[in-house]
Amino acid sequence: MNVVVCVKQIPDPATPGSLDSDNTLKREGKLILDESDSFGVEMALQLVDKAGGGEVTLVSMAPNNEVSGLRTALAMGAHKAILVSDDALAGTDALGTAKVLAKAVERAGDVDLVIAATESTDGYTGTVPPQIAERLGWPSLTYARKVEIGDGKVTIERQTEAGYDVVDASLPAVVSVTAGVVEPRYPSFKGIMAAKNKPVDQVTVGDLGLSPDDVGWKGARQEITKVEPAPARQAGEKIEDDGESFQRIVQYLENLKII
Amino acid sequence: MALSKVWVYAEAEGGTPLSATLELLTKAREIGDTVEAVFVGADADAVAAKLGEYGAAKVYAADPGQTLTGVVAAAAIAKLVEEHQPDLILFAQSYDGRDAIARLSVKLDRPVLTNGMSVGVEGDNVTVGTAIFGGNLLVDTTFRSEKPYLAAIRPKSFAAEPGGAGAAEVVKVEGFDAGRAAEATVRDRHVEEREGPKLEDATVVVSGGRGIGAPENYEPLVEELAKLLKGASGASRAIVDAGWVPYAKQVGQTGKTVKPRVYIALGISGATQHMVGMKGSDNIIAVNKDGEAPIFSIADLGIVGDVHKVVPKIIEALKARS
Repeated sequence: MNVVVCVKQIPDPATPGSLDSDNTLKREGKLILDESDSFGVEMALQLVDKAGGGEVTLVSMAPNNEVSGLRTALAMGAHKAILVSDDALAGTDALGTAKVLAKAVERAGDVDLVIAATESTDGYTGTVPPQIAERLGWPSLTYARKVEIGDGKVTIERQTEAGYDVVDASLPAVVSVTAGVVEPRYPSFKGIMAAKNKPVDQVTVGDLGLSPDDVGWKGARQEITKVEPAPARQAGEKIEDDGESFQRIVQYLENLKII
Repeated sequence: MALSKVWVYAEAEGGTPLSATLELLTKAREIGDTVEAVFVGADADAVAAKLGEYGAAKVYAADPGQTLTGVVAAAAIAKLVEEHQPDLILFAQSYDGRDAIARLSVKLDRPVLTNGMSVGVEGDNVTVGTAIFGGNLLVDTTFRSEKPYLAAIRPKSFAAEPGGAGAAEVVKVEGFDAGRAAEATVRDRHVEEREGPKLEDATVVVSGGRGIGAPENYEPLVEELAKLLKGASGASRAIVDAGWVPYAKQVGQTGKTVKPRVYIALGISGATQHMVGMKGSDNIIAVNKDGEAPIFSIADLGIVGDVHKVVPKIIEALKARS
């Protein structure tokens, strides 16, 4: 069984983000594997293992041929990666991303399943997985908190507001997974060493048969017309707990007539 | 100036439209001359009265059978768009809303603007406002594509107010084909017991983060306090990622936006990821061991202390009162 995992390399979310002069997110410097994607990578490794063979291929889109995040996922055990890197990609929106990643999935060859995170940490539109599926003409099973493969089918537990639904479809299909579905493994030293020699197929938008007009600002067909700081919320009272501070909370709730 | 036709992708739970849907209809009334809804579900007649009351003149309705709702919605709307040519279609940033807008965007080859918190119309220009970097920066983005414009709006962005009209006319939609996407079949639905209000609708939200220490502490600290305050329990991304509680409880940028009267953050440091989802609350109370935690910069009442010591005392005091 061959699984493709869509992964995103992002600026470290622990550091404050900033915008470039064209109002896109600054992506200079080292990028890391989006933690949301580590669950998909782990899930793919487990499914291939359970199926008794096959490959896990990563597909990713990043500026400047950035591979540091990909190396993390390769060190976890993914077999190879396709990285789409092209100056034309600056400003690409969710739909453009899906066009690129769907082509990258096709380039990966014989694929049974595509796994993606529900949403990325930095862009979080939450639309890319079904957009990829629609481009491929495949079913999409979204917000999975459990994934099983059997008899040419994928079955998931789909998170809902009220609980979860059991949803299935035949393969090939796209699945988006929520965080916490599996516990991502830490790359071993051996894995980190092996990752250095794993193949990363670096391609351009043109290599995938897409026009530069499909991606970037031109493809996004939207314009950022205003950027302004939000009104700041003021801090109130801060007190050290002296064993009696709970009474302040109770009193606060009383004043609001919550209790 | 208003748009001539605005559509809302309507969602319901158990025959009742979601408040997110009613919020979108209220906004649509303000910016559109004609407001119509598209509903995919078995019980269109049941929801038509309320959708009409909030502004929908018509409800285009399709029955998904066992197929995933958003998939059917995208195929049905794609067919309807050709015939009726709406200017703007609003979706809730919900599970099915995202499925629907995503597939529709590919079918129509239109960009999507998502996580919207405001919608502005000036002539033919439609602008969607979002908050980034933990809600510290507001960004307006204007569509430069062909119509219809497709936007997903975070629930709680607008107030829901009835417009006083009668039931919407139900128009059945048939004769569309979702292709292989329609294979996604719902076999079984599991409803998990929920005591108290929904997270987005609750007057009080009590959320837990890493500082609660272990998954087994969520129930006696977070859920218990939420229950005593007749509120809902939420979570930071950290403990959802760790698998302690399901994604549906996540408050934040990737997760839900809540605006309760009181938000109580227990053991939450206040990553920007979390703050954007709760800083619109009327009152914020935080309990955290680390006095330097960013959550204190927006808390109206901040207690620098151990949740394991402070929270049981609150619970005890509340129980003693009842």
